[in-house]
Amino acid sequence: MTALLTRLLGRLPIGWLQLSHAPTRMAAAVAGVGFAAVLVLVQLGMMGALNSTVAQSYAPFRADLLISAHDARTLTDGSPLARRWIGPVLADSAVAAAAPLYLGKLDWRRADGSIATLTVYGLPVEAGRFAGPLLAGRLPDLAARDVALIDRQTRGIDPAALAGVRPDAPLRFEVQGRTLTAIGSFRLGGGFSADGALIVSDQTFLRLFPQRIGGTPSHLLVDLHPGMSAGSAATRLQAALDASAVQVRTLPAAIAADLRYQTTQRPTGLIFGFGVAIGVVVGVVIVYQVLSTDVANHLREYATFKAMGYPHRQLLSFVFEEAAILAVLGLIPALLLALVIYAGMASATGLPVAMTPLRAVTVSLGTLAACLLSGALAARRLRAADPAELF
Amino acid sequence: MPPIRVQGLQHAFGLGEARRPALSDIDVTIEAGQLTLLMGPSGSGKTTLLTLMGCLREVQAGSVQLLGHELRGAAASQKDTLRRRLGFIFQAHNLHPALSARQNVRMGLEVHGPGDPARQSAAVDHLLNLLGLGQRLDHRPAQLSGGQRQRVAIARALIGNPAIVYADEPTAALDHDSGMTVVQLLKALGRERGTTTVMVTHDHRIRALADRVLLLEDGRLIGDHRGG
Repeated sequence: MTALLTRLLGRLPIGWLQLSHAPTRMAAAVAGVGFAAVLVLVQLGMMGALNSTVAQSYAPFRADLLISAHDARTLTDGSPLARRWIGPVLADSAVAAAAPLYLGKLDWRRADGSIATLTVYGLPVEAGRFAGPLLAGRLPDLAARDVALIDRQTRGIDPAALAGVRPDAPLRFEVQGRTLTAIGSFRLGGGFSADGALIVSDQTFLRLFPQRIGGTPSHLLVDLHPGMSAGSAATRLQAALDASAVQVRTLPAAIAADLRYQTTQRPTGLIFGFGVAIGVVVGVVIVYQVLSTDVANHLREYATFKAMGYPHRQLLSFVFEEAAILAVLGLIPALLLALVIYAGMASATGLPVAMTPLRAVTVSLGTLAACLLSGALAARRLRAADPAELF
Repeated sequence: MPPIRVQGLQHAFGLGEARRPALSDIDVTIEAGQLTLLMGPSGSGKTTLLTLMGCLREVQAGSVQLLGHELRGAAASQKDTLRRRLGFIFQAHNLHPALSARQNVRMGLEVHGPGDPARQSAAVDHLLNLLGLGQRLDHRPAQLSGGQRQRVAIARALIGNPAIVYADEPTAALDHDSGMTVVQLLKALGRERGTTTVMVTHDHRIRALADRVLLLEDGRLIGDHRGG
């Protein structure tokens, strides 16, 4: 290691030599950096899972525009929307089609007594153009009364068991006092507020949720003619409709707003955000403490280097070298441990908790930056190294 | 041009009523290649004078010219540059405990910037061999005796071929023969390379080898004996 660093730096690796001279202290520092990085990675993993589940909740359908009630901040909250808005929407020359989307949640009490909360998507069977890739061509199959497609990633249920659900091998189960017949499955996965999903026709949806009336879907899906600008159409429709009652957004804009709301205003997102901040602070404090103590312990040696003619910036480079080494040595086990924790969390919760290259790179750079910040703070003590005190 | 010229030098420690003079009206010029001893009782100002001449302390009043440069009011970068032309041998060695003997000495070379690593290593090993440490190259200070540490510190001071060597009791930790060897080495450097040595010492055995002895008492220069 010393030879490698000597070659890399073009000088003796004083930082490494100082750290490795006190292996116990170095191990504690590396563990501290690693702990902070794991904390950040776990929180970001949960945040990533939240983002993924929010984005994937839009996967069962597709549209150019999404029209929602004015108070809708996510896909599943907000007031129902008056279906009558379809008329003025279809009157716009850019609009090719529009369809209602119904959303609700129900609890599926299973034979073993466990309960799975399912998000129910209701779409008109004739609105095939609004089916997402995972439903392509399957909406007409839902025309029969009380049939559904079930999410085979539903939390707490063996995916293999649901994967075998077919029209000739249906799954019958009771929800909301009605017997539903699942005639097929799709792969979506649960989120933070539901364990899985069901897709049904709008008629079946209204039977499952009798308190909802047909004239009040959750959203309106809008498709534009080819070549039409979704952004321009959204602006035009928003101006044409009552802004105090509805909001018209492109689908990507609606997803982005949902993500923003969930991560910055909902408690779950805020908790994960605080977790990341605490991890960063813990990391900075630990590394600062280690480096600060190290600088204090080596003040005499630093004063000697000053007497020899080493400029202050060179002494700073020794401290930063230590900070960078602690960052790298702490990161390697942290990334490996985070992979193990992610696998455990994904297995236990069914959430899409996974490492992404971007997150690994971001946390690595962040850890390095935090360590260098700590080094910069600790390096202030170098000023106390007075070569005149050596005699 | 003499390597060290001191004129009207005054220095004090403390502030206000606690201010105590350490040096008063020091005028001295030290010639190149000479071994000069600073002697005197404890508290006489020897070490303060050494640190002022060695560019390690701010000059408060008077003038110290080092290698042709005025130190009073000199910029930090200029002081760094000047210090790289000096060698220091401390009584307490001040070796880095995390570095081997070889690495400690190498720090005396690396301060001059990157060089040919193989050539640097050869120069370090040669000097340590010359000082009888050929079998201790990779030992850390904690694994060396006091005398061996002092020899490593001497090697570190000399490896960069300094114009001036400042030494504070360099023979204190050495036996008589080793001490004499070190002083002879410093004398030889003066003869062969023109290296100037200024040494604080209480060791009267060295006096006979010195070119000049400056005696201090109560911060004043009270004697200037030329010998050799």
